[in-house]
Amino acid sequence: MLRTIGRRILLLIPTLLGLTILLFFWVRALPGGPAVALLGERATPEAVAEINRLYGFDRPLIEQYVTWLGRLLQGDFGSSIQTGRPVIEEFARRFPATIELSVAAMIIAVGVGIPLGYWAARRHGKWSDHSAVALSLVGITIPVFFLAFILKYVFAVQLGWLPSDGRQDARIDATHYTNFYVLDGLLTGEFDAAWDAVLHLILPAIALGTIPLAIIVRITRASVLEVQNADYVRTGMAKGISRQTLRGRFILRNAMLPVVTTIGLQTGLLISGAVLTETVFAFPGIGSFLARAIFTRDFPVLQGFILFIAVLYALINLLVDVSYSVIDPRVRVQ
Amino acid sequence: MLFTSRRRALAAVTAVAISGLVLTACSSQRGQEESEAPSDVDTTFVFGASGDPSSLDPAFASDGESFRISRQIFEGLVGVEPGTADPAPLLAESWEQSEDGLSYTFQLKEGVTFHDGSAFNGDAVCFNFDRQNNFTGVAQSASMSYYWGALMRGYADTGTSIYAGCEATSDTEVVISLTQPFAGFIPALSLPAFAIQSPTALEEYNADEVGGTEEAPTQSEYATGHPTGTGPFKFDSWEPGAEATVSVYDDYWGEQGQVEKVIFKVIGDTTARRQALESGSIDGFDLVAPADLGALEDAGFNLVNRAPFNVLYLAFNQAAEGLDDIKVRQALTQAIDKDALISQVLPEGTVAATQFMPDSVIGWNPDVTTYDYDPEAAKALLAEAGYDESNPLEILFNYPVNISRPYMPNPEQIFANLQSQLEAVGVKITAESNEWGEYLDRMQGGSDHGIHLLGWTGDYNDPDNFVGVFFGAETNEWGFDNPELFSALTEARGLKTEEEQVPAYEAINEQIAQFIPGVPLAHPVPTLAFDARVTEYPASPVQDEVYNMIVLSE
Repeated sequence: MLRTIGRRILLLIPTLLGLTILLFFWVRALPGGPAVALLGERATPEAVAEINRLYGFDRPLIEQYVTWLGRLLQGDFGSSIQTGRPVIEEFARRFPATIELSVAAMIIAVGVGIPLGYWAARRHGKWSDHSAVALSLVGITIPVFFLAFILKYVFAVQLGWLPSDGRQDARIDATHYTNFYVLDGLLTGEFDAAWDAVLHLILPAIALGTIPLAIIVRITRASVLEVQNADYVRTGMAKGISRQTLRGRFILRNAMLPVVTTIGLQTGLLISGAVLTETVFAFPGIGSFLARAIFTRDFPVLQGFILFIAVLYALINLLVDVSYSVIDPRVRVQ
Repeated sequence: MLFTSRRRALAAVTAVAISGLVLTACSSQRGQEESEAPSDVDTTFVFGASGDPSSLDPAFASDGESFRISRQIFEGLVGVEPGTADPAPLLAESWEQSEDGLSYTFQLKEGVTFHDGSAFNGDAVCFNFDRQNNFTGVAQSASMSYYWGALMRGYADTGTSIYAGCEATSDTEVVISLTQPFAGFIPALSLPAFAIQSPTALEEYNADEVGGTEEAPTQSEYATGHPTGTGPFKFDSWEPGAEATVSVYDDYWGEQGQVEKVIFKVIGDTTARRQALESGSIDGFDLVAPADLGALEDAGFNLVNRAPFNVLYLAFNQAAEGLDDIKVRQALTQAIDKDALISQVLPEGTVAATQFMPDSVIGWNPDVTTYDYDPEAAKALLAEAGYDESNPLEILFNYPVNISRPYMPNPEQIFANLQSQLEAVGVKITAESNEWGEYLDRMQGGSDHGIHLLGWTGDYNDPDNFVGVFFGAETNEWGFDNPELFSALTEARGLKTEEEQVPAYEAINEQIAQFIPGVPLAHPVPTLAFDARVTEYPASPVQDEVYNMIVLSE
């Protein structure tokens, strides 16, 4: 198994190299440059030229790419044009927020998705099954941005039940060590701060978790249906194995295989959904910063952040494959 | 109002239902409207900022969000008269200009201290001016020390700086000298970029170490975490992307006011800022979209207008075909009904522009030539220029999308309105729109554009900051070479006093009106929105808004 993992990691290298090429030239193909966004409406052509020279944007593209890649290999991702701080620092500062949001979204997606899918399968063909399927279809088709907007408008702006933006009420004076606000609140014993952070997570996590939730419902349902009709389940039943054992050890465990894959893939995809969700809820994670970087043509941030996300996605995929082989020994043999 | 209180009541009930603990903290400020006792006032003021400051060192900033925070922490020698753009004493109690107009003697306020406890005096003033003049390398770039470079026209090592030096003749008197007259010097000092910072803190936190590499300039330790001034608020913390916090400086020389803590919460999206106000997570925000004004007012929020210190214009690029003909430019001018534009798409209180600067700026000409709305005259002029129904004037109309500026809150609507007005006199319009950054690149980086929308908000009360910026030299934006106008502007910039400036700029404004480089359209009113508990806010045309002047009622 270690060899498989090693091979997979080696395979990552050419993949990421290809990605850097695509990424670099895509970012440079965006119309308008960072200089104008930085200098504003009265930038003189000399000032624009000066900024471009300063950042090396006036050099041939190939040369810029090679320089960037060379620095990248030394761990230097450059500095954000907008904030002047190293890209790595900007990423590290915001990443905990996005992780916290993604975890909350996955808790909702998995916590609701698997039971609901299982429940629908158990009631196969009944109206409750049909409505679960219909609901999940709505969940898959509704755009994240739209859902986020509606949730916020109804529950934050109109009803005032939940906060509309940010990670914590600005008036709360909380101490932060890890930058995971919920965790920080629990560690420092500032439980009101932790609870406030949880409240701030609810709406964005629902918005972000809806698509994975809907997908998990469908996959779980389909998978459970398939497994419960399998020969070995029928044999087990004929042999008189208790319903409890049958469900727990045979049906659910075997039905979980495709679900685990789905959860893994969806976790990777959450980051792209976070760009929209974080923007709507002014949630200070990597998503909202990335959205702003696109707007201001902050090339180093765009390149660096997308690369980080790609590596992350690849690692999650690897993790999925490993856990897959843990659940199903047959995969290891193959 | 009814609607708001119902929502608040609902929020309060739900708060109790969900958690007695946390939400009461937020709803207590919103729920107890009846208690007016000062002890019940929440003295934390939360402002919704559209972005992070680019630097906490005002010498290295030129953007609104940086200046908004700077103005709480720092003060300069010169401030502005409240509610106007006119210079007024601040850290300098008075000043005198020498006969030759080259040096200024400032009498400084006594008993002022910086937030680090060090004393404000003549040496501190000179330290700050010398520091900026001695910037080198990356620190000189326009994205860093824009204002010093632009106003002093260079640095010590470039040999072009008009700053001759500073001498502290005593603790309370300094003399600042220039190498050539600059009538806008005093008003320019009201910019936060010329604020006086603590020399001790600047040195301790290596404020001049901006750099890293030339390819990746970075801000100094000082500029990211230790700004130290003499203002009513001292810096507390900055969490980039989330918020920046300042709190009262106990030894402030002036009136401290009611607000004890200010949080600038970053909310990038315009709609999200409005919703944050509606849901109570912020107390106010800037640049309300015209479309939201009515709804916010109906819901009981306080709207505060700034006196407009800006101009929105329609530019004619004379490098484009047809637009180099003065008859065509005059025809287009007469085809535009500014009043209709204002009443239909611009915020209430907006005034029509007659020249490329608002009337509060020195040198605004009350008798300037104007071209009244007259579509028939426009058609006749177009015919004289050789354009009629069979051979209509075809022009490209450029405008930006997805952007809101104080002088141009809704470019798409402004464009649509003007397009129909121009088409009514037989002009054939080809519309082209771009995203903001690309748009600016296109208008200013090349000549591939026709007529276009743009504008400007002034930094301080000086005509050169308006007409000088627009028409001081040949540019891609306007595409004309008018040596007479260029030299008039260069001369006017070098005048010694305001008395000399007034007639010079009045003449320049008339010259521009005759030449018609474009149409000055309007001076749109920028609006701020606040929670009902904010009863007073010191709105300023140049955004010199210091929060010790805010009055809160809940």
